[in-house]
Amino acid sequence: MEWRAPAIVLGARPFGEGGAVVTLLTEEHGRHAGLVRGGFSRTQRAVWQPGNLVEARWVARLAEQLGALSGELIHPAAALALDDPLALALLASACAVAEGALPEREPHPRAFRGLLALIGRLGEGAATALPDYVRWEVELLAELGYGLDLTRCAATGTTEDLVWVSPRTGRAVCAAAGAPYAERLLPLPAFLLGQGPSGPGDWLAGLRLTGHFLGKDAYGHHHRPLPAARGLLLDRVAALTASATGPAAPASAGSTR
Amino acid sequence: MSESEPIERLVGLLAKLPGLGRRSARRAVLRMLMQPEALMLPLAAALREAAEAVRPCAVCGNLDTRSPCAICRDPRRERGVICVVEGVADLWALERAQVHRGLYHVLGGTLSALGGVGPEDLAIRPLLARVAEDGAEEVILALPATVDGATTAHYLTDRLRPTGVRVTRLAQGVPVGGALDVLDEGTLAAAVKARRPA
Repeated sequence: MEWRAPAIVLGARPFGEGGAVVTLLTEEHGRHAGLVRGGFSRTQRAVWQPGNLVEARWVARLAEQLGALSGELIHPAAALALDDPLALALLASACAVAEGALPEREPHPRAFRGLLALIGRLGEGAATALPDYVRWEVELLAELGYGLDLTRCAATGTTEDLVWVSPRTGRAVCAAAGAPYAERLLPLPAFLLGQGPSGPGDWLAGLRLTGHFLGKDAYGHHHRPLPAARGLLLDRVAALTASATGPAAPASAGSTR
Repeated sequence: MSESEPIERLVGLLAKLPGLGRRSARRAVLRMLMQPEALMLPLAAALREAAEAVRPCAVCGNLDTRSPCAICRDPRRERGVICVVEGVADLWALERAQVHRGLYHVLGGTLSALGGVGPEDLAIRPLLARVAEDGAEEVILALPATVDGATTAHYLTDRLRPTGVRVTRLAQGVPVGGALDVLDEGTLAAAVKARRPA
């Protein structure tokens, strides 16, 4: 058994003295792990950093084996993000979320392409990368079968003035119908509907929205908490929001579990 | 107990050490058995002595026979500069290079989403207390140039900011004696990004 494909490194765990069990995301083979001999060695460690795009080769005698991975670096996304706290938090969060949410060896080409585009635009700054990240998580939820319905109001059917999302059904709710239940509904940032520019407050609302459903469905069904890396991203965006608008509620204590 | 059982046990224990497989361990055991008085018994005594005497320094986390360790007790050290390292091996590397004349703080790892290592698993609270109590002027973050290392560095920078201490990080880029054509793309990218006026 053998395949070669461009792949995004999602994570690497040390194995033995210098080896690593690396998890990749590919377009055709989905999330796929393999043993990299010397993956944690001085020469190879830089290649297997989360977020890096590599040309990977996987070989095994039988399809169900862990197999051996090797690869060459194509795009050093991790190295480019190291100095930028927000870009690094975003990269680490995206990789951790994909690593934990996607089933193994099941192709999810939209999730792969979305993550690839996200990594490619990391250098364009928070105003571009953060809305893209939230949209990618919405897409990921849809890929996993937990898609949000943001097209029309669940109560009235209207397509206008959608400002909330039901935390139970994931369907949009318009301002008028949702007003009596405002405290229980999740705010729907306008950029998720393709309306207008967005700011830190919108990104935070978007992260809380997707975090709620990732925590409830994608991770909740496996009785696992959301990755710590996502919590760090949420804290960074909350700090951005606080500096832009004044003190905000602690991000990690929000609805993201 | 068979005649070879003590030997096999010794080989098994040595093989657990980094850098030694069973084959290398067997060679080391054979060498020791050839010279038990000169090698084996002194080694056993040194191992026992180290195991009983060496402990982590209560101030910085370094390993020494006394706590506070020799570095923390040294009056010639710059007490206002604390270099934060991931582990004792990094501290030893910096000491070998003799490039840092201040004090150290061993974190005991780096934040890792995959490994489940959070801030409470590292010696971050003692570092913040040290900086506040000792009035440090500078904290040097000498952490690995990896996603986990950089995440930890950014986290520490945020936590240290309210104390007003100057926080610096090690530079990244072309190593001394390193030719560009053999460098990995990640190092090259970091080097170009961190370029400075000549």
